[in-house]
Amino acid sequence: MEIPYTVQHRPDTGLYNAKLGIWLFLASEVMLFGALFSSLILLRTGSTNWPRGTDAGLSIPWATLNTFVLIFSSVAVVMGWANFRLGEFKKGRIWLGVTLLCALGFLVIKSIEYADKFHHHHIPSTSNFYAIYFVMTGLHGLHVLGGMVVFAYFLTFGSKMWFTERERFVNRIEIVGLYWHFVDLVWIFLFPTLYLL
Amino acid sequence: MTEHVAESHHDAHDSHDSPENIRKEMTRYIGVFLALGALTGLTVWVRFSLDLPEKQAIIVALIIATVKGSLVAAFFMHLLSEKKLIYSVLVLTVIFFAVLMWLPVHDILDKFGYK
Repeated sequence: MEIPYTVQHRPDTGLYNAKLGIWLFLASEVMLFGALFSSLILLRTGSTNWPRGTDAGLSIPWATLNTFVLIFSSVAVVMGWANFRLGEFKKGRIWLGVTLLCALGFLVIKSIEYADKFHHHHIPSTSNFYAIYFVMTGLHGLHVLGGMVVFAYFLTFGSKMWFTERERFVNRIEIVGLYWHFVDLVWIFLFPTLYLL
Repeated sequence: MTEHVAESHHDAHDSHDSPENIRKEMTRYIGVFLALGALTGLTVWVRFSLDLPEKQAIIVALIIATVKGSLVAAFFMHLLSEKKLIYSVLVLTVIFFAVLMWLPVHDILDKFGYK
């Protein structure tokens, strides 16, 4: 049975189904991370000696570099999508590959940061600061990992769809792109709230 | 492998999917990327060079983060030109998010006797 509205827009929504689906998913993700930001505010205001990121030993240079890496990955995925729309399969794949490498780079930098924390025995049970730090950055890291799996799929087995259902493939890249921009968006707020303030 | 996908879209896309417009979009994406990079630099500079008091530092950092987030949402996620249904979903999300943020703010106001 053919799945309807993978390319054509539904008359009632004006969207192909996956696009509405990803936005509903992202809405639920806003609530997930929103609950954690809400917890962060409560913990911070309830504490008499909440440390600044630098006082807690967080690395601003690594985190700043990671911010640039994630921003670049965001522009890379949207450039990939644009190239696919132009019919430039090879260029689109190169940009997707760049996105995947950036995501890997982000996780490598994050693991360096984590290793340093563990080395100094700064673990979630040490304090509320490290508890919320590891929960929020860890959950964000899992989202990065999830994105990497999808990008790797579209670079390998998933790319076959380009030769059979090209428009559907382009739409799929748009969907994973929207997810990836959300991951970038979350980091844009995590960076100042955990590291700088 | 340069057959144009955008032109073959039937009712799925509008005239803004012409190759010229896609290339214009790509230039815009680079501009947004540069703006995001500059704003990231500004965030770090404000933190270490101005050494603002805590309240002002939080306000300034969140304003810059909100501008950056808006750029990502508006240009990379194409919210400048989306369908009404997407906006409806987002309005609902914003309302529930505001409730989530109100919970700690309500607690803070209560704690410091502002109620």
